[in-house]
Amino acid sequence: MTVSPPLTTDVVIIGAGPVGLFAIFQCGMLGLRAHVVDTLDTPGGQCAALYPEKPIYDIPSRPEVLAGDLIAGLEAQARPFDPVFHLGQTVETLEGTADEGFTVTTSAGTVICASAVMIAAGGGSFGPNRPPLDGLSAYEGHAVVYSVQRKEDFRDRRVVIAGGGDSAVDWAVALADVAASVAVVHRRPKFRAAPDMVARMTTLAESGRIDLVTPYQLAGLDGDGGALSGVLVRHTDGSSRRLEADILLPLFGLRMDLGPLASWGLGIDKGHVAVNPATLETARPGVFAIGDITHYPGKLKLILCGFAEAAMAAHQVFALARPGEALHFEHSTSKPPAVPRPCNSAMAS
Amino acid sequence: MPKLTVTDTTGKTATLDARTGLSVMETLRSNGYPVVGECEGSLACATCHVIVDPAWADRLPEISEKEEDMLDTVFDLTATSRLCCQIIMGDQLDGLAVSLPTT
Repeated sequence: MTVSPPLTTDVVIIGAGPVGLFAIFQCGMLGLRAHVVDTLDTPGGQCAALYPEKPIYDIPSRPEVLAGDLIAGLEAQARPFDPVFHLGQTVETLEGTADEGFTVTTSAGTVICASAVMIAAGGGSFGPNRPPLDGLSAYEGHAVVYSVQRKEDFRDRRVVIAGGGDSAVDWAVALADVAASVAVVHRRPKFRAAPDMVARMTTLAESGRIDLVTPYQLAGLDGDGGALSGVLVRHTDGSSRRLEADILLPLFGLRMDLGPLASWGLGIDKGHVAVNPATLETARPGVFAIGDITHYPGKLKLILCGFAEAAMAAHQVFALARPGEALHFEHSTSKPPAVPRPCNSAMAS
Repeated sequence: MPKLTVTDTTGKTATLDARTGLSVMETLRSNGYPVVGECEGSLACATCHVIVDPAWADRLPEISEKEEDMLDTVFDLTATSRLCCQIIMGDQLDGLAVSLPTT
């Protein structure tokens, strides 16, 4: 990993979900610059990764808004403040104090120095949903992989795909013409994927190019020294079967995990960060937590509460980033965002 | 008040008071059981998987297609696996028994 020269800003926001995005706006309105880090490749957090097409009904003044459109609106609202996004990377270390400032280092080697840190990490960072199979880690990375980087890596290999969603179906179809064999393991005959792709997979299965292994679930890995030779699967009735395999692709979506954050001395209890509800400050001075990841008496896991927490935390960050400076507050009606907001069609929905 | 019987991953069984109108997920969480329920019952995750006592499986409301879809992302499913955010307690479920999965 190459470590880049440190970047400097007022606040590092960890998490680019709805609350992290709105924190950019609230900090920006106080003249504070923000860098934002997120594990996912695009902003939006759960709204973008898990349910972009789902309508949300409890955002004030939006009787019904699709999660994806909410994110588009929040991005547009943050844009005038020129936030710097570091996407597809996870914050690994958080060093420093409120007095001397903080240094954040990401998995991509990005180093950011800031006066304060806001954690808006929701349920934690997203990673692949890993099957609980004995000895799994010895195979991960080469024989058990969670995404397809290059189709060529699968040429003439015996591939087992596990899962029943779009990615499982899409990759089964895509790999059928390069792999030596493709088996798809799913717990029921029905696949929750685009109908045309399911139809193509079914056609390939009928011609023998794909082996549909249903209703089966993953049960074990068979191999030696990290080299995979077979995947064990279990039928709903309890009987087992062995599939010849060089590569297993488990495609069960994403799972959230607190990850490195758990070791930052924040005061974590049952997966949540305890904060002072008046300031949103964690047990570590200068580090704030907002949104779903926080806990305090009376806390509600609602996006709208996270928005309010972002505003409150921004005022606390101002005191750290501009020591000795008076915070002259004006409502947005008298002090619109510094740069004219670009027109965004998603806002009109 | 309806009762809910739960067996944890160590095999220990307890009977809980389950308020009518609350989900099994809410009941288990408020009694300190490690049920995550990340999406708070909106069928956007599968972090509240429980195994329903087969004697009760047919007496629960029918499983929705959305719940089936989310169950697709759970490992080690059983024939009576459910997402417990979708089971709302009431008198008709008095005595319901569930167990927590080990994975």
